[in-house]
Amino acid sequence: MQLRSKDLLGIEGLTEQEITLILDTADSFREVSERSIKKVPTLRGRTIINFFHEPSTRTRISFEIAAKRMSADGINFTKSGSSFSKGETLLDTVLNLQAMQADLIVIRHAVPGAPGLIARHLDASVINAGDGPHEHPTQALLDMLTIRRNLGSLKGKTVVIVGDIAFSRVARSNIHGLVTMGARVIVAGPPTLIPMGIERLGVEVSYDLDRVIPEADAIMILRIQLERQGKIFLPSLREYSRLYCLTADRLRQARRDVLVMHPGPINRGIEIDPRVADGDRSVILDQVANGVAVRMALLFLLAGRKEMTMNQ
Amino acid sequence: MTKASGQQIIMNAKELDRILSRFAYEILERFTNRETLAVVGIQTGGAHLARRLVQKLEVLEKRSFDLGILDITLYRDDLALEKNQPIVRKTDIPFKVTQKEIVLVDDVLYTGRTVRAALDALIDFGRPRVIALAVVVDRGLREFPIRPDFIGKTIQTVPEETVRVKLVEEGEASDRVVIMRRD
Repeated sequence: MQLRSKDLLGIEGLTEQEITLILDTADSFREVSERSIKKVPTLRGRTIINFFHEPSTRTRISFEIAAKRMSADGINFTKSGSSFSKGETLLDTVLNLQAMQADLIVIRHAVPGAPGLIARHLDASVINAGDGPHEHPTQALLDMLTIRRNLGSLKGKTVVIVGDIAFSRVARSNIHGLVTMGARVIVAGPPTLIPMGIERLGVEVSYDLDRVIPEADAIMILRIQLERQGKIFLPSLREYSRLYCLTADRLRQARRDVLVMHPGPINRGIEIDPRVADGDRSVILDQVANGVAVRMALLFLLAGRKEMTMNQ
Repeated sequence: MTKASGQQIIMNAKELDRILSRFAYEILERFTNRETLAVVGIQTGGAHLARRLVQKLEVLEKRSFDLGILDITLYRDDLALEKNQPIVRKTDIPFKVTQKEIVLVDDVLYTGRTVRAALDALIDFGRPRVIALAVVVDRGLREFPIRPDFIGKTIQTVPEETVRVKLVEEGEASDRVVIMRRD
């Protein structure tokens, strides 16, 4: 069993078996990070380039740590300080990276489809680390791993995704993944932030968070993208918080074993109450730990087979 | 020896059990310090055998022994050559390996490459005082300078043959060791 594609561009199109393979592999990699020597020699001699065209803390560092724990050589570069400021195109840049024998390129880019574009032109594997509002597959995989490790399985579990569904790549990737894995997905938020016709992806829609909270096995809070202020379709943040912030009061209506999740960075007091974010139902830091394991698994599954495909 | 659908059974459940019992006595004879003795099985066959071996040690000594499970996938030297990527299984070493006397357990010893990988994997956890090797079947044809300390049965084979230790833990009806000819 292996992944069909040399790239991971999105969760859309992955089969249940492929997602299960990634999650099973990641589950085994959790242990490596708990050793005193947190390193295995598996990807010795592989070169992995982290190319972040948009800011990121968690995802970039997580990929960097994953590469180091697998003994790959990880190189990071960001938009500032590179030849982008001189006007070099994305494709020219990545072709240069490939000429330097990069085996795998991790890319975050503001333009949806940018990772797909470069993947088509490269022999190297490409992992999408977030492309605009399109997809953020590694986030969805670490979210699914977190649910599976805490609740045993994804099948039949009810996951409520709260917030800016329309512009969230985290929501989109999670919807594709959770539906494929047989979970029941409810999206909740103000009507302006829920796209028309989203039911076609296999989810239920609710504009009333209080009504759906009692049904949730996991509540996934999305970040309100404050940097999009002015372009965001909300009358006011105060109104949003009043209706959709996950407060301690709201959490009391949920099952006692509910999981509270957030992809980070958190806007404390806007989409989630600090007491809930730091409370005993929160698995937010568990998500971060699982993120390293998921990325190690993907580097293994994609970069680990490089030599084989080239030799054949 | 019995023939069964292209397979030859070279060891039955009773014989396998007797070998594990012998291993337990031999190990207790060689490693007299019960505190530092630990058993580590290589996934997946060796892991089941290691569990059984520890049970026998515990019955004989009326005390518990450290048991670890090792997956060597991440240490293999043929990852890039395999057509199908191997599954990465769980590694669980729930004790400090430094200063331990570790008996590494595997089902079949063949080229020695698995044991080489297991030694590298174990050493990444610390510095054991001793690592010894116990195998149920030594089928020869070594490619690395590796020698077992405890051997169940030594047999002559050719590369075209496959030797399998089949265990009830893996859903088999009964324990047995079979030798098959690949065509």
